[in-house]
Amino acid sequence: MTHLQAGPYHQAGQYHYDEIDRRFLAERVEQFRRQVERRISGELTEAEFRPLRLMNGLYLQLHAYMLRVAVPYGVLSSAQLRQLAAIGRKYDRGYGHFTTRQNLQFNWIKLVDVPAILDDLAKVDMHAIQTSGNCIRNVTTDQFAGAAEDEVVDPRVYAEIMRQWSTLHPEFTFLPRKFKIAITGSPHDRAALAIHDVAVRARRLADGAVGFDIYVGGGLGRSPFLAKLLREGLPEADLLAYLEAVLRIYNQYGRRDNIYKARIKILVHEVGIDKLRQQIDAEFERIRGPKYRLESAIVDAIRAHFAPPPFEVLPDEVPSVVVAMTGDAAFARWVQTNVVRHRQPGYASVTISLKPAGGIPGDATSEQMEAVADLAERFSFGELRVSHEQNLVLAHVRRDALHALWTELGKHGLETANAGLIGDIIACPGLDYCALANARSIPLAQQISERFADPERQHLIGELKIKMSGCINACGHHHVGHIGVLGVDKHGVETYQITIGGSADEKAALGAVVGPAVGYDEVTDKIERLVAAYLDWRLEGERFIDTVARLGVKAFRERVYGPAA
Amino acid sequence: MALLLKDGAVAENSWLAIDDEAVTVPEGPVIVSLERWRRDRAALSARNTPLGVRLKSDQLAGEVAADLDRFTLVALEFPVFRDGRAFSTARELREHHGFTGEIRAVGHVLPDQYQFLVRTGFTSVEVADTAKLESWRHALSEISVAYQAALTDDTPLSNLRRRVGTVG
Ligand code: SF4
Repeated sequence: MTHLQAGPYHQAGQYHYDEIDRRFLAERVEQFRRQVERRISGELTEAEFRPLRLMNGLYLQLHAYMLRVAVPYGVLSSAQLRQLAAIGRKYDRGYGHFTTRQNLQFNWIKLVDVPAILDDLAKVDMHAIQTSGNCIRNVTTDQFAGAAEDEVVDPRVYAEIMRQWSTLHPEFTFLPRKFKIAITGSPHDRAALAIHDVAVRARRLADGAVGFDIYVGGGLGRSPFLAKLLREGLPEADLLAYLEAVLRIYNQYGRRDNIYKARIKILVHEVGIDKLRQQIDAEFERIRGPKYRLESAIVDAIRAHFAPPPFEVLPDEVPSVVVAMTGDAAFARWVQTNVVRHRQPGYASVTISLKPAGGIPGDATSEQMEAVADLAERFSFGELRVSHEQNLVLAHVRRDALHALWTELGKHGLETANAGLIGDIIACPGLDYCALANARSIPLAQQISERFADPERQHLIGELKIKMSGCINACGHHHVGHIGVLGVDKHGVETYQITIGGSADEKAALGAVVGPAVGYDEVTDKIERLVAAYLDWRLEGERFIDTVARLGVKAFRERVYGPAA
Repeated sequence: MALLLKDGAVAENSWLAIDDEAVTVPEGPVIVSLERWRRDRAALSARNTPLGVRLKSDQLAGEVAADLDRFTLVALEFPVFRDGRAFSTARELREHHGFTGEIRAVGHVLPDQYQFLVRTGFTSVEVADTAKLESWRHALSEISVAYQAALTDDTPLSNLRRRVGTVG
């Protein structure tokens, strides 16, 4: 198949590079090659080289280098995923790890191989730019963008605009700390807006034009905050000028004396949202002008990259799906959890779970990546997405092809029917890879998913999002897990704090600690008791999180830890 | 000794940096700290030679905005290259306060930041005389495409992109 010329590659809803973009990328790879040489020659000290390599996605972890590849707003073509699979096989251990930032990490990389890997990435218009470091990171969005039934504005268009704008931004590449932006164009927030430094909610203004509500100051870590509303109804043309204003205020006033207080959330907290809004608005009024206007012609040119694929005209309900569902309980379960409605009649969006029972959340083998690349070509116009929940998504699948797709997925261990269920755990790398970790998180996630492996039981429990972090940096988003698990170090012993009631959607909330921290071997039991309490107490149609909201954390604490705790 | 770079090449430095404690201020163009400017404002204003002011990274553009017509040069300090506040300060001086004099980067800066400096309004960079000049020269032409409007730019080529780094 000619993925790179015509066909599926160009149908994929993603920004297509041209000569200028490719030249930029080639120059950037060359620049990094020279930086490596200058480090080796001693011209750059390690302290000087470190931020430069981080801005090219290269981390030094516990056992090896890790390279974090940018997947802009989580969108990949089949050709790109195949190349990632090949890199994983050639330079890593035949694996890749999909992250909560919709990126892909290779955990076992040699420094000498990095320029060659960057070359290989550039061949499919990919890179590792700004996946780390104190700069504007990969913009993330809804994994169902351009397909979701409830979508009002396609967020990919503006995610791409923000990606371009933030790429090697001359003013904002040495910020106090990392800066994460998320955008959604649907009322139902699947992009976890509330935990981002800046979050953009794209919507239709009263006159029908596209506009944005801007939120600021969300973030987890040791001082978790949910983002606050900063500006309502910002006109499309002002998006970049306004972001420039936010970043300029942050760059100037964000704290640089303490790494733990350097995120914009602390500035919001210390200055107060109203005063900060005044400062940003004043800056915005100064910046706003023809130079920083986002012209509608630019938006249109970028929107053209995200034109809908050539859908067939189909009836909305496809009888063959229903028939297959009644005949096959496993398929029916999968359709129920991993398939969501599409705005185009006769189509659906499919989540491919990377969370098999006992597996490592977000890991995929090179063989699996190649299989998914093939399936994306066969079933979804050669395009796929990475979700922030560390799964893959085929966004545009014909409903009458669902059974065929599911059958194919089953051949590669990718048919797990647990999207949004208790086995769909988000876990950070933890002590297995991360130098900052207090505790293991991957093996614990494996243990939990094994305990709840029974698909019928998982479906009976319903939606329940477990999120785990190996330390207070909260890469696993434990604060916003329906059940959150945080690894803490208690006199050198791995211990875990369990929270409940967190949420990352449009009703975002931080979880509350349910009881004293427990040892590694007790976590899964405690979770089982929380679930048992919920099953006893839930009312018709209530999810775990709803029952927690109705009864309060105390009821669960007493049930799980006993009345005295 | 420090070298001065302009447009990627070594340039003559006609400015003298004056210590806060120095009792006499020599003839010719001098650069003083913001503190000294505030202390000796009258005496410094009375001199008939160009005056420059040096700002620490936490002294933002607003601190000198009202006095900018007195200065021919503003030097912005990088205590460490990771402290990127001066990029915003330079841009504020140019875009908001209309400063047209020289903006000089002093302190710890890397060649890898040279293009960013130019694009945010810096005109010169002070580097150690041990600096690898080849790296500095090369830095201006290393990347030829930018994706956002900045100070020195022409109109976009297409989408958000524009050509940069034609120097060197
Ligand atoms: S949460 Fe802590 S342990 Fe986990 S990846 Fe982040 S820094 Fe590492």
